Amino acid sequence: MDTKTFIIVAVIKIALVVFIMLTGVAYTTWLERKLVGRIQNRWGPTRVGPFGLLQPLADGIKFILKEDMIPDNVHKGLFILSPMLALTMSLISIAVIPFGETITVAGYTTALQISGVTHADGLISDINIGLLIILGVTSVGVYGVALAGWSSNSKYSLLGSLRASAQMISYELALGLSLVGILLLSGTLSLRGIVESQSGTWIGFVPRWYIFPQIIGFFIYLLAAFAETNRIPFDLPEAETELVAGYHTEYSSMKFAMFFMAEYVNMFTVACLASLLFFGGWHGPTFSFLPPIAQALLPVLWFALKVFFFIFLYIWIRGTLPRFRYDQLMAFGWKFLLPLAIANIIVTSLIVAWGA
Amino acid sequence: MVHQVLFIVFGLICVAGAVNLLVQRHPINSALSLVVVMASLALIYLLLGAEFVAAIQVIVYAGAIMVLFVFVIMLLNAGSEERTRGSRIALFVGVPGVAALAGIVAWLLVHSGGQLGGVTISSSNFGETHNVARLLFRDFLLPFEVTSVLILIAIMGAVVLGRREN
Repeated sequence: MDTKTFIIVAVIKIALVVFIMLTGVAYTTWLERKLVGRIQNRWGPTRVGPFGLLQPLADGIKFILKEDMIPDNVHKGLFILSPMLALTMSLISIAVIPFGETITVAGYTTALQISGVTHADGLISDINIGLLIILGVTSVGVYGVALAGWSSNSKYSLLGSLRASAQMISYELALGLSLVGILLLSGTLSLRGIVESQSGTWIGFVPRWYIFPQIIGFFIYLLAAFAETNRIPFDLPEAETELVAGYHTEYSSMKFAMFFMAEYVNMFTVACLASLLFFGGWHGPTFSFLPPIAQALLPVLWFALKVFFFIFLYIWIRGTLPRFRYDQLMAFGWKFLLPLAIANIIVTSLIVAWGA
Repeated sequence: MVHQVLFIVFGLICVAGAVNLLVQRHPINSALSLVVVMASLALIYLLLGAEFVAAIQVIVYAGAIMVLFVFVIMLLNAGSEERTRGSRIALFVGVPGVAALAGIVAWLLVHSGGQLGGVTISSSNFGETHNVARLLFRDFLLPFEVTSVLILIAIMGAVVLGRREN
């Protein structure tokens, strides 16, 4: 493969993924308002377009056209930098996520993944440390939230960002440790490798997904992921009743929209990661009677369905559960999730060592 | 070629971040410069082929430790650094001192002619997670475990110091 094709293919993939991602984010906000509305016996948005389907578009125009205010006495550089940092860091992790196996367009086979490369012998591989890159990028994304609150020079923002950074650091540990069991079973940090190690079935009909041997790890991951993305029941950093809007109180217009988008992109990232690591990624039933192009895209559909399930779960829980108290949140993370994750690692590694 | 260009770029960013860390007077700006230094170091590790070390550098140093630094600075609401007579003396004595030291080290490295010994890398994929793990948990298991005991002692010290009297 020459450099020119490589660059063209990479640019096309990046543009396509970013476009689909941002459209998905926009329509997740619509879905959330609709679903929470139905849960609370309301209709949600109905005025703009059929079923309010054009509402995200209207919101986007509103965000762009609103006055972009910078309050007095803020630390200007960091105030502008932090929403950009939050959004950039959340978008970077999409680069290592594999959406499907491969696709052949015009005789050229490429991986359905931004960072997947085709070797000269036709083999497909991705980054060896894909999972670590996601964890690293997420941990750097904390700066966006932390600095937003501090640079705003407002007590609500500062308290919100202190809460957010403490919460994200605490739950990052449980999140990382809950994934160690999977790494022990698959023996690789490459996301493509982890998904490929989940192909096939146990005793004929149970898919070899890691949810079954790692059910405890999965629940730890799920809870920690809710806390990492600052969603209900762990949305203390932006608890309206106490902190107005938390770390983005002073932000308006597109800068606020960037935080908002970063939150939803993060939701997508953790949903993708849950599907890849615990639910076999793009694996699912295959149908040989379909035309070849549909067969090639069917795995992407399975992956999208799994991600949709997690997004739906997020919204469902938001409509159902109240918020934790702050000390309960910290105690839960440090005194329950962390020891449980360590116990899970010990049991898994003993079983792996016994089987080896 | 590409490697060399990238090395020069990230090396310059790293040095610029380090100089900015010293020049800045507000602790938050200094802490953020240190994050830049850490991140560019991680990229230099990546250029060397040490992918695992690079990822850990970002997760642990840029992600966890520096976030705690920033967190503490935010919590204490530390003000700008003051310039005293002591800091002025440090400026006038320290800067030439550091320059002289760096000059001597650079001169020695250039003129030693390989007498200092080099590192031979056994395989091209020495930085892969498997190989790093094999070194850590088999060849250097004892030093690794002793280090973890050392860290445990530090944690216990922090707990003892931070415990509330009652």
